[in-house]
Amino acid sequence: MKTDSLFRFILFLSGALLLVLLGAVFLTLFFSSIPSIKSFGFLFVFGKDWNPISKEFGALPFLIGTFLTSTAALLFSLPFSLAISILLGEYLSNPFFSAVFKSVIELLAGIPSVIYGFWGLFVLVPVVRWLELKIHVLPYGVGIFTASLVLSIMIIPYSAFLAIEILKLVPPEIKEAAYSLGATRYEVVKKVALPYSYSGIFGGILLAYGRALGETMAVTMVIGNSDFLPKSLFSPGNTIASVIANEFTEAAGRLHLSSLIELGLILFVLTAVTNILGDLIVKKMSFQES
Amino acid sequence: MESSYLLRLAKDRIFFALIVFFASLTILPLLFILFYILKNGLTVISWRFLTTLPKPAGEPGGGISNAIVGTALLVLTAGLLSIPFGILVGIYLSENPNGLMARWVRVSNRILQGVPSIVAGIIAYVWIVKTSGGFSVFSGGIALGMLMIPIVVQSTEETLKLVPGALKEASLALGASYTSTILKVIVPTGLSGIVTGILLGVSRVIGETAPLLFTVFGNPFMSYRLFKPANALPLLIFNYALSPYHSWQDLAWGASVVLIGLVMTLNLISKFLVAKWKVRS
Repeated sequence: MKTDSLFRFILFLSGALLLVLLGAVFLTLFFSSIPSIKSFGFLFVFGKDWNPISKEFGALPFLIGTFLTSTAALLFSLPFSLAISILLGEYLSNPFFSAVFKSVIELLAGIPSVIYGFWGLFVLVPVVRWLELKIHVLPYGVGIFTASLVLSIMIIPYSAFLAIEILKLVPPEIKEAAYSLGATRYEVVKKVALPYSYSGIFGGILLAYGRALGETMAVTMVIGNSDFLPKSLFSPGNTIASVIANEFTEAAGRLHLSSLIELGLILFVLTAVTNILGDLIVKKMSFQES
Repeated sequence: MESSYLLRLAKDRIFFALIVFFASLTILPLLFILFYILKNGLTVISWRFLTTLPKPAGEPGGGISNAIVGTALLVLTAGLLSIPFGILVGIYLSENPNGLMARWVRVSNRILQGVPSIVAGIIAYVWIVKTSGGFSVFSGGIALGMLMIPIVVQSTEETLKLVPGALKEASLALGASYTSTILKVIVPTGLSGIVTGILLGVSRVIGETAPLLFTVFGNPFMSYRLFKPANALPLLIFNYALSPYHSWQDLAWGASVVLIGLVMTLNLISKFLVAKWKVRS
């Protein structure tokens, strides 16, 4: 029996260690950003200038860059991922076709971010440059717009899968009831399935957003890496993740490094909050169902 | 009456057409990406490509052997750090489904799962690189391991939850101790699910680049040492993709195909495992 209590203790210890790990992650980020927090305080978040030479560090350009790219990416991808999930969830009952569709999506979800960036750099950037020449804006090619395009392609598989899972939660009884009243497929989707799953889909969108916020490599490679406040959707910029990726190894001095780590802290908190909210909303919907 | 019926039918058809249009519009560019990468990469791959070192800038030829070795070392380190620990936490969660502490552990695991990979890189930098005084494979393994833990925990918990309670009771009723019940009955029953989780975890971290930038750092030479900088497949792709030399870009395309092939193989094996040895409740 002694081994049993020892074994139970080891299990408990592992669980506790996971809590400690998360706590240690947070505290590490926090303590490493203290020099920056001391120098800039809350103004860090509102500072417009990021200048390692004059030791002026403000996070606003990157916060705006992150929100712009993630939001635009989400908007671009939404019609596509919804279409895929409705097609797979409501229309394609043929198991062969849905298996093919699903494997293709899974395959694409498995491509590493750096390869999406590589592709974006060689294919998407020239296309965007051509487009920018057509609409008479400065033809950088790289920039926030390009980054959100790559990002939207990358999150389509993820958000489509979430939406399929959520549409599955709609009880078949209420759909069948609508069909038996003579409703068409479109009416069932629009008036029964979607309204039932609105909150769940919103939760799924939040989860996809959390994914987009922290995405680093693909964005870093096509966003243009400019530390100035972006003027438009087409100007080059930086997200929180991409500026860390760019400047961390060559950070000039303690304050620069600590400011970058504070950016990491902000990113960590943002994604954690987004994920927890998304989880809560999705979970609430699955409880409703059972 | 008749016309409104036709109108409804027409709406239904138009909606279906729109859905098919958008869905195929998504699949096509995605397939195009894959095709483009394969077209550029497959021509580069050969035995020499897999077994030689990269050549200096501008010289044609060369291979990615050091990156393959580096990635293998990284996955090994990350796995050793995360798999035993992750399985233990998973067992703890499935054995204590409703405890207060278990609930907190579950939430923490969920938060860890959402930690952006670049943040894991910062943590490994502060913990290992700064204290040990240099970039190393070990620090990269820590970062990747941190990203792998939540996946192993979650899949272990979910698999073990599916193991029928009667099995556990039968084992205990026969006089087996709690420890041997867990280790010799419950865990083997759920082994396929646990292995699947491990494979998925590896396939997630094997392509991660961001956490390697300031931990493993990169190295143009071969290195087998755990506490020295090394190259890795995703790092090589990143560095050579941004280089102006065609020969290096070719290496990056070839490495991309190798990396995608690895991820795909891992996913296929795990799918096969799921289909073959699913825990039946």
